[in-house]
Amino acid sequence: MSRRPYLREVSRTAWFFKRPRYLRYMAREVTCIFIGIYTVILLVGVYRLSQGRAEYEAFLMALQRPASVVFHVAALAFALYNSFTWFNVAPKALPIQVGEEFLPDSVVAGGHYVVWVALSLFILFWAGVL
Amino acid sequence: MAKSNKPIIWGTFAAGGELVSFVTPVLILLTLLAAVGHVPDMLGYDALRGFAAGWFGKLVIFVVLFLSLWSQAHRLRITFYDFGARADTLVAIMVYALAAVGSIATLVFLARL
Repeated sequence: MSRRPYLREVSRTAWFFKRPRYLRYMAREVTCIFIGIYTVILLVGVYRLSQGRAEYEAFLMALQRPASVVFHVAALAFALYNSFTWFNVAPKALPIQVGEEFLPDSVVAGGHYVVWVALSLFILFWAGVL
Repeated sequence: MAKSNKPIIWGTFAAGGELVSFVTPVLILLTLLAAVGHVPDMLGYDALRGFAAGWFGKLVIFVVLFLSLWSQAHRLRITFYDFGARADTLVAIMVYALAAVGSIATLVFLARL
C-alpha cells in the first residue's frame, strides 16, 4: 500500500451535480424510473381487464386519484424528454449510408420525428380521442 | 467469437428504447385523459376487451409490455449504478427477475382474455 494513497474526491452519490452535462445525462437516466412505474400500471390494467368488468372499472376509477393524476403529468413530461433525447441521438446509433456518404443527421432524426408524430396521431385516432 | 448474453439484453434495450420513445408518451396521454375523467372510447371495458380478445390485440399488448419491461429493467440497472449503488449483480438479478415475472404475468393475463 502506498503511503499517500490517492483519494478520489468525486462523490459516489452526488457526482452529477458537478457539471450541467452530467445533470442532463442524469435527467435522462431517471426517465426510466417513471416509464418503468408506468409500465407496471399498464400491466395492472391488463390484469384488471382479465378479471372482468367490475374490476376493470375499479382500475379506471383508481386512475382518477390525485396521486395518479400527478404521476401521469410527471411521467408524461419525463417520457417526452426521453423521446426527444432518444431521437436526437438516433443518427449516431443508426447511421444510414447511401453510396459513399452518410445521410445527414437531420434526415435521420427528422424521419424519427415524422414517424413519431404520425404514430401518435394514429393511436389517438384509433383510441377515439381525435 | 466468445459467447455472450449481451446481444439478447442489448437487443431488447435497443428495440425497447425505440418502441418506448415512439409510443409511451401517447399511451400516457390516453391514461391521463382517463385519470381526469375523460376515458377514451378504446379504454372502455367492452372496446378494450374486444381488442384484447383477438390474436392481433394480444400480440400488440404483449410486444409493448415485454419490450417496455426489459428495456426499462436494463436502464434501471444502469441508473442504480449511477446513483452509487455498486452491487451490480444483485441489482441486475432484481430488475431482470421483475421483467421476467412481468413478462410471464402478461402472458397469463392475456391467456385469460
